[in-house]
Formats: sequence, C-alpha cells, structure tokens
Amino acid sequence: MHLLLLTYIIYINMNNFYKKYIPYLFLLPAMIFLAVFFFIPFFQTIILSFFDYSADIYNPVFAGFNNYKHIFTSEEFYQTLFNTFLFLILVVPFLSIFPLIVAVFINQKIKGINIYKVLIYLPVVVSIVVVAIAFKWLFAQQGMVNFIFSLAGYSPVGWLTDTKFAMISVAAVTIYKGIGYYMMIYLSALIGVPKDLYEAADCDGANALSKHIYVTVPHLMPIIALVVTISSISALKVFTEIYVMTKGGPLNSTKTMVYYIYERAFENLDLSLASAASVVLLLIILIFSVINITFFENKRYKL
Amino acid sequence: MMKKHLNGFFIHLFLIIMSFLSLFPFMWLISTALKGMDENIFQYPPVFIPRDFTLKNFINVWHQIPFLLYFLNSFIVAGFTVILNLIFSSLAAYPLARMEFKGKRILFSLVLSTIMIPFQAIMLPVYLIVLKLHLVDSYGIAPGYLGLILPFAVNAFGIFLMRQAFLTIPKEMEEAAFIDGCSVFNIWRKILLPMTAPTLAVLAIFTFIGSWGEFLWPSIVLTKKTLYTLPVGVNDLQGLFSANWRYIAAGSVISVIPIIIFFVSLQKYFVSGSNEGAVKG
Repeated sequence: MHLLLLTYIIYINMNNFYKKYIPYLFLLPAMIFLAVFFFIPFFQTIILSFFDYSADIYNPVFAGFNNYKHIFTSEEFYQTLFNTFLFLILVVPFLSIFPLIVAVFINQKIKGINIYKVLIYLPVVVSIVVVAIAFKWLFAQQGMVNFIFSLAGYSPVGWLTDTKFAMISVAAVTIYKGIGYYMMIYLSALIGVPKDLYEAADCDGANALSKHIYVTVPHLMPIIALVVTISSISALKVFTEIYVMTKGGPLNSTKTMVYYIYERAFENLDLSLASAASVVLLLIILIFSVINITFFENKRYKL
Repeated sequence: MMKKHLNGFFIHLFLIIMSFLSLFPFMWLISTALKGMDENIFQYPPVFIPRDFTLKNFINVWHQIPFLLYFLNSFIVAGFTVILNLIFSSLAAYPLARMEFKGKRILFSLVLSTIMIPFQAIMLPVYLIVLKLHLVDSYGIAPGYLGLILPFAVNAFGIFLMRQAFLTIPKEMEEAAFIDGCSVFNIWRKILLPMTAPTLAVLAIFTFIGSWGEFLWPSIVLTKKTLYTLPVGVNDLQGLFSANWRYIAAGSVISVIPIIIFFVSLQKYFVSGSNEGAVKG
C-alpha cells in the first residue's frame, strides 16, 4: 500500500516536472536547425518565385506569376519535365521488381550468402561520383559496352553523345547503384513472410516460381508499393549522375528538373526561374510523398 | 535430392553473376589504371589483365592530387555531421517518445513535414542563408566546414529512428531512475542512450555514408580546393586529366579505398537487416 502510494506520488511529480519546459528544451536544437535549413528556405523558395531578379539582383521586383508563365512557355522546361518523367519510367519499374528477385535468391540458407550480400550491396556505399565515372568509361565510344554489343553484331553507338541513348545510360547508373539498396529493404520484409505458407504450397506441389508469384508477391505488396514511391521520389531528385556523365546534354536530352534548377540558380544566377522551377518540383514530390505517407508509412509516423 | 542440388547450383550461379556485375565497373577501372603507356586502353577486344603492367598511374596521380587532404576534409565533414545528428536526433526524439506536453502533435508534424521537402528544391535559399551567415570557405576554413556540415546536422529520419528505439525501452527503467533522484537529462544520457546504442550505431553509419558520398551541396558551396571533399575532388579529375583515362581511373580507385575499408569492417550493420528503420526516401 505504501509502495503504491509512493509510486503514485512519483508519477504525479514526474508528470508535473515533464509538463513544464523540459520537453521543449530537448526539442529546441533540432527545431532551430530544421527552421533555418528547412522551413525558412522552403518559404523563401515560394517567395522568390514571385519576384523578378533579372534587372537587379539586389532589388527584386514583384512579378506575380510571370516566372511561372515564363517557364511554362519555354520549350526547354517542358523538355526538362519530360526528361524527368522519362527517367522515372526507365528507373522505377526495374528498381521495384529486379531487387525483389535478387532478394528472393539471397534469402536462402546456403553457404557464402554473406559474401554475395556484401558484394551486391557494395555499389550502394560507393560515392555516386565514382560510379558515374566508372560507367562513363564503360559507355565510352570505344568502351566495354560497345564491345559487348559488337559481339552481338551491333555497330558502336555514342551512349553518352547520342540523344537517343544518353538517358538510358544515365538510368543504368541509377539502377546499378540502387539494386543493393532496395534488395535490403525487400530482404528484411521477406523474413516476415510466414514459413507455413511456403510449406502449404509445397504440399500442393507448387514449383519455386509459382510459390513466389502466389505467396511472396501478394505478401510483399505493401513493400513493393513503398519501393515504387521511394524510388520515384529519388528518381525525381536525380542530379549527380547527370552532372558527372552528360551535364544535361546532348541537346538537353538528359536535363532533368534538379539539373535545370542547378543550372538556373548557380550557373545563370537566375534566381527567379530557379525558384519557380523549384516550386514545381516541390509540388510534384509533395504528391508522391503524400501518397507514400498516407498509404504506406502512416503507421511508422503515428504519434 | 538431385533436384535440390540443381536448385542450389542455380542459386549460386545467379548470385555469382550478380556479384560479378556488381564488381565489374570497379574491376575495369582498376584494370585500366594498371595499364602503362605502351598499351592501348581502347583496343578491341578489350584486354582485362594489363600487358604493360604498371603502378605509375597511381603514383603520378597520388603526387598530383592531394588525396589525403580530400580524405581528411571528407572525414571531418562526415564525422561532425554524424555527431551532430546523433545528439540532436536523440535529444528531440526523447520528448516525442516519452513526454506529454502542449504542441506535441504540431511539433511532430513539423518534423514529419521536412521529409516531404527535398533539399534539391530549397538549395538555393539554403545557399543564400549560408552566405548570409558567412559560412562559406571565403571566410576561412572553419566557416567553410560549418557550411558543409550544418545544413545536414538534423534529419527527420534520424529523429524518427531514435523515437522508435526509445519506444521499445520499458518505462519502468526511467521510473526507477527517477526514484533514485536522476534528472531527466541524466535519464536520457545514462539510460536511454546506452540502451539504444545499436540504433545509434545504425544511424551513425548511414549518416556517415550519406555525408561521405554527398556531391551536390559541396560542389555548390566550395570555392577553394583546400576544402574539397573526396567526391568533389574525384569529379575534378575529369577536368584535370581530360581524356587521360588511366589517371582518372587510378584517382577514382584511390578515392574509394577508405569507404570500402569502412564498409567491409562494418558489413554486419549493412547486411544484417537491422537497417530497415534507416530507409531513406
């Protein structure tokens, strides 16, 4: 009885103590950083997009929707939007399906599985700059890829200099670097698939392929959907591969949203157009994020 | 029995091919870097084992490029980014996991909302803010480092990860400590942090890898080569050695050695599946 009373008093005290200012003190440093490097820049992006900096960078003039009108009447921006979604379509289906197949192969009790895991994951930890340089070398006019294609009877193509192929080459880098990453996501989800389902399928005489099509895939549907959204979001943000390999060329054929923003902001010093394009990018990514959070990750983020 | 062996064979075959493809771009870089001037690196069919084997490319590139400096810069930037992330994330996660207070919901949503803000869309104002705070290398070495570190000092994912970890700790632990007269800060430092050490390790490793490979931001803010991080320095090789692929390859290979050592020695954290909480968008 005494102990119970004591616990109760302590409980009350603790709650009173907590209620005051201590929670805010714990949160303060993180909130300051989020404010300075996320919230303020976020609103500033929106504000900048309504001002014209072209006449005098120190005395911007209010421009209404002119910057938006400008980008949405420029062919280059449409090309940029088109390229961004083309890149997404090249990358996302592959990165959503292939790593799952690899994960199924990795999720076996066989010797040396850790070595395979380490080797397949390796590209994930290596800087994208190095990976992009390595692929630039593979895709060179007299490079390895053209050699392999020549064995099959194809004549060499300019993987990075031909508008038809440049985007495919860039996408190959993103895919190569992403396989290990998404494989690990699938692998941790595969562990959660109940084993008795496979055993039941075995009893019914199902072969390995149909077991995975009828048991693994339906069970992992939420994770597949998650991978689709997160790989889409990161595809929309692609930059470094393009910067290192093609600089947006040839003839803007690999210029994506972030590259366009980078070029406007830091090479042409056109703050207005860069900001308007940034707001468009924000909106596009917001749509994907909302889908992601409301459908797939809401449990994780619940208070 | 026969079928089982056949299955095992195909699994190994598939995984060996995957591992080979995964390593191939790096092996081809190494091969190119080891070829001397007497060997045509563009010849058909390509030759994998160098005929004119030499280490000269590595030695020359090492003498021309301050790799140790770039390595040190990357290490300082990634190291401090990790430390700040660990401290700020675990501090902010504590009240979000354990305390009841006014505005908790709003603050939590604010943290959540930053996940939806891609850095690439706000980098221009971030750059303007960093300029205004004089955190660029033209103001000196320390401001240069701070400009690279501070924008990434807090990450909403880190806060979530730590909050998740704190939620798994039984509340009785804290109550017992409280009875013993432990302050809230000490509960956080002496009970929660040690008990979530594995999560802190995962957060540290993934933040380190992310910061180590970051290219866009350093390439925007850096103006002086003395502060170049490895990715910026490696990208610079292309301009310096224009079409000399032997040197570019040698430099790229040198640059990945530290992170490969780091990865191989900590591989269990990467491939054990314990990183599922560290999934980033």
